[in-house]
Amino acid sequence: MSCFRLENVSYRYDKALVLNGVDLRLEPGEILGLFGHNGAGKTTSIKLILGLMTASQGKVSVLDGEAGDPRVSQYIGYLPENVMFYPQLTGREILAHFARLKGANLRQVPELLGQVGLEDAMDARVKTYSKGMRQRLGLAQALLGKPRLLMLDEPTVGLDPVATADLYRLLRKLRDEGTGIVLCSHVLPGVEPYIDRAAILTDGSLKAVGDLGSLRRQANMPVTLSLEPENGVAELEAVINGAQASAGLMVRRDNGHLHVDVRSSEKMALVKTLMASGEVRDLGIYQPTLEDVYVHFIGSGGLSHRGGSQ
Amino acid sequence: MNSIWTIARKELSDSLRNRWLIAIALVFATLALGIAWFGAAASGQVGYASTPATIASLASLGIFLIPLIALLLAYDAIVGEEEGGTLLLLMTYPLSRGQLLFGKFLGHGLTLALATLIGFGVAGVAIAVLVQDVAVGALALAMLRFIVSTTLLGWGFIALAYVVSVRVSEKPVAAGLALAIWFFFVLIFDLMLLGTLVASQGEFNPDLLPWLLLLNPTDIYRLLNIVTFSDGAQLSGVLSLGADLPIGPGGLWLALVLWFVVPLAGALALFRSRRI
Repeated sequence: MSCFRLENVSYRYDKALVLNGVDLRLEPGEILGLFGHNGAGKTTSIKLILGLMTASQGKVSVLDGEAGDPRVSQYIGYLPENVMFYPQLTGREILAHFARLKGANLRQVPELLGQVGLEDAMDARVKTYSKGMRQRLGLAQALLGKPRLLMLDEPTVGLDPVATADLYRLLRKLRDEGTGIVLCSHVLPGVEPYIDRAAILTDGSLKAVGDLGSLRRQANMPVTLSLEPENGVAELEAVINGAQASAGLMVRRDNGHLHVDVRSSEKMALVKTLMASGEVRDLGIYQPTLEDVYVHFIGSGGLSHRGGSQ
Repeated sequence: MNSIWTIARKELSDSLRNRWLIAIALVFATLALGIAWFGAAASGQVGYASTPATIASLASLGIFLIPLIALLLAYDAIVGEEEGGTLLLLMTYPLSRGQLLFGKFLGHGLTLALATLIGFGVAGVAIAVLVQDVAVGALALAMLRFIVSTTLLGWGFIALAYVVSVRVSEKPVAAGLALAIWFFFVLIFDLMLLGTLVASQGEFNPDLLPWLLLLNPTDIYRLLNIVTFSDGAQLSGVLSLGADLPIGPGGLWLALVLWFVVPLAGALALFRSRRI
């Protein structure tokens, strides 16, 4: 059973093509990061999976059923971006209302409120809540009824670092129990350690999907070596120049250190040569981060590129 | 069914929490008692005039008040959820649009029905107890008819408010349109009908004209509560047309029921085609 499967899915809003031939799937026990600039199609993809809209073309199947079928949506947890609730009700009343709608056990209500750290505020009206508290209530709401598919849109907005760490720990636990999780976020360094796979969307099409290693290979981005010379920068540079079998090496001097950009495939050969030369006192290896990979795929169109409509 | 009741239950407890239910009931009770005691003031005396006169006065006030209260209660049913950001979330739950709308209707409808029952019921009991020589049986029957028809009229305007609420995307627009609906049915419609009648100088098909009254739920409501008592003798204005209607009270009741069923079905159809 897949958590969801999008097969060649397109969606048109009026005449504009919002999603264009997207193929994406999520298996149980996996955390998928969904990234893209504003208007890239993240929200549309999520709405299609939630059954709020139907695809203009292609096939959407969720938990082996139709998107939007009540028997399916019972097992989906969703945290929308900027989640809002009825301001006049207390946290407990709201969660109980949603629990009834989802057919979840009402005993879950205080349990979940405790889990997200709202036990002291659960009988206060939501209009007195801070942004972070509303976000926690939103999370508790998404976790009602043990979802098999969890979709979180910017879950860490408004959360302090401790709460953020708690959240990711919780997500890991749920993943290990077999929940499939989709995580949309703009805080790439924050989510990087926690996602199993990343999908990068631009202008409605899927640019790249895979785990970080495969994305790095697809991007073919260089690895940076940071070298501290044993004897002198000049000697070290000579070794590097001697070792250079192929083009594409970039060497920069910085404060008595050398930074070398090397192709991933040639990294080990260079490291071996350097070690053998005895000119290296210390060595650091920097893989491209999720953010580097993301920028590579999105292109550096700057703000103009990110200003699309939702 | 369960989710319909969950939604209805929230609406009901909302109207208890914000005191709407109790406020409406209080207004109704005050009005009913006031009219019962001072209704005859115009003829120079204070005291209970008669059951038909009291009901007729109540119905005349009701056509202004009931639609307004119903529209105010319901105009933000869907657009309010959308502006509050909860509509999107609700729609990701195992809850169809129909269930949401019917749940809202059940909640709002029960609020209005309870307020009507409590408000006018209390007044009816007070009249029965305090007025010496009132025929209790006739009063109870008249009050029952009045309460049921008032509730049906309210439901009609709740459903009309939903038609607006599922269509627009901003609350102030919904409020404005709801007021326009009130204005049309309560003030404009009869004027238009009278105008047509006079301007056509009798050319207008006289068989068709009475049927036009059925196009306005407030006219049906008035006919139900006034005509049945007075055999048409007290009727004035467009209502005199009602005496020519070839359908009896049964037909009028059916028409009033249709006046909430049809708009509700329309609201559902519009809601289903709305993009979220």
